[in-house]
Amino acid sequence: MELNILTICYLIGSITFILGLKMLSNPATARKGNLIAAAGMAIAIAGTIFLYKDEDGNGLHNYAFIFGGLAIGTLVGFLAAKKVKMTAMPEMVSLFNGMGGACAGLISLIEFGRISNELGSGKSFHGTLLIIFLGLIIGSVSFAGSMVAWGKLNGKVKDFSFPGQQILNTIMLFIMVCIAGYLVLNITPANSYLFYIILAGALFYGIMFVLPIGGADMPVVISLLNSFTGVAAACGGFLYNNKVMLTGGILVGAAGTLLTILMCKAMNRSLLNVLIGSFGGGNKADASQQSASGGTYKEISISDSAMVMAYANRVAIVPGYGLAVAQAQHICHELEKLLDEKGVEVIYAIHPVAGRMPGHMNVLLAEADVSYDKLLEMEDANDLFKTTDVVLILGANDVVNPAAKNDPASPIYGMPILEVELAKNVIVNKRSMKPGYAGIENALFFQPKTSMLFGDAKGVLQQLVSEIKSL
Amino acid sequence: MEYILNFINNSQQIIYIVILMIFLGIEVIGRVPSVLHTPLMSGANAIHGVVIIGAIIVMGKAADTNYTAIGLGFLAVVLGTLNVVGGFVVTDRMLEMFKKKK
Repeated sequence: MELNILTICYLIGSITFILGLKMLSNPATARKGNLIAAAGMAIAIAGTIFLYKDEDGNGLHNYAFIFGGLAIGTLVGFLAAKKVKMTAMPEMVSLFNGMGGACAGLISLIEFGRISNELGSGKSFHGTLLIIFLGLIIGSVSFAGSMVAWGKLNGKVKDFSFPGQQILNTIMLFIMVCIAGYLVLNITPANSYLFYIILAGALFYGIMFVLPIGGADMPVVISLLNSFTGVAAACGGFLYNNKVMLTGGILVGAAGTLLTILMCKAMNRSLLNVLIGSFGGGNKADASQQSASGGTYKEISISDSAMVMAYANRVAIVPGYGLAVAQAQHICHELEKLLDEKGVEVIYAIHPVAGRMPGHMNVLLAEADVSYDKLLEMEDANDLFKTTDVVLILGANDVVNPAAKNDPASPIYGMPILEVELAKNVIVNKRSMKPGYAGIENALFFQPKTSMLFGDAKGVLQQLVSEIKSL
Repeated sequence: MEYILNFINNSQQIIYIVILMIFLGIEVIGRVPSVLHTPLMSGANAIHGVVIIGAIIVMGKAADTNYTAIGLGFLAVVLGTLNVVGGFVVTDRMLEMFKKKK
């Protein structure tokens, strides 16, 4: 009876995961979808705790530890997720993803410990071992990789690559798989120490896998590691013949892989190119050459900027990471309203990968109550730039870099960009002339119609607002 | 060889589920707008937190005297819960900002 109820709990869990993912891919239903999946997860977890029986009909014990762990995890997870700043969201997702990977790895570790006690009893463990190794390797790679991605996004870890790194990585993975394959077929108590070598190897591989990939590509990498963790969770499903883990894990594995590819497409690059390209790593030489030929740029004062914008017909605002860092979304909305009152049409041109994650800018501006229909996607915005008087770039750089269109040597060549140079005037707000996240110089800043407005986005916008008010 | 064939036969149910889930996973998010990439990634991240169930089972099965298993299992439960709770809450916070305000 109890097991039947548990089966129903798991069934509900699986269905809510599928429904949740489906609803998450539509803006109107996304939030509800997330809550539905969360509810299904709660049912599946509660069912497992109270109704689970193993093959011999024994229930679970160690309840104190289970509830203790759940309480600690819930408290810490909830607080961390509530307190994290909007700008640090991608790091947080990466961190949580790493936790999931580590969890899958630990399960494999414990199950292996259990099996190694029964070695020599004549039972065959080939299938179980295969799953354990899969879970261990994938989970550990996902954990180590996510930690590096997390470190990179918050600036603690720098890009690091050396010649032949890809080859070394591939060899390392190959050796790990070989040892694992050997152990699956010929495990004895004497060679079971090799298991821990695989564990260490997988952790090391995870680090080396993410290290050379440039910081700007981290969302793609996190999405990929996300699908890895999904597969690692599915391995647990195999191990315990648990359908909800299996469906949930595989679902995320498949959806995550597709999502990764879609994200690459949004940047007009292939996944292979992201993984091997080591963006910003080997291209530093080009960057310095470009800056040498950069030429001069001109600055513009706050009052001049205010004047041009107040008397324009259409102003396009291009937000970027700088806006997010300065937390200037509210004052930006104020500027937009002010210009609107003066009869200036204001639009926001949103590049799909502006900021540190796709959709970053939409989230940020939505927080400041900017209305949906003012946010234009790249293609629509590009059509309007020709008839736009002023483009105000707030802390964006690589997404408006013309090198992506006309410099085949540039590492971002081929990425679709916002073609702001079509507008009559371009005002660029940046804190300094330092290059953007991709580490490359931006020729846009040196064009005659471009003026630089240096300063923190929030401060500059505040001054602009008061200046326009007094006009 | 016979072992492999037996294995496939014995786990055919699971193999069917895996194959169908792969297609379903791809189908379900096929037309997601780029605005939703990050929340979707975050939501999927929370869903693979289902691995917590494995952690609970492994913890609940550990013998009272097997301190290594209890210690590691406890850690697994904590990390898994972090993944689930943190994942869903972060996703909700992201999506909260998408709500339409008239």
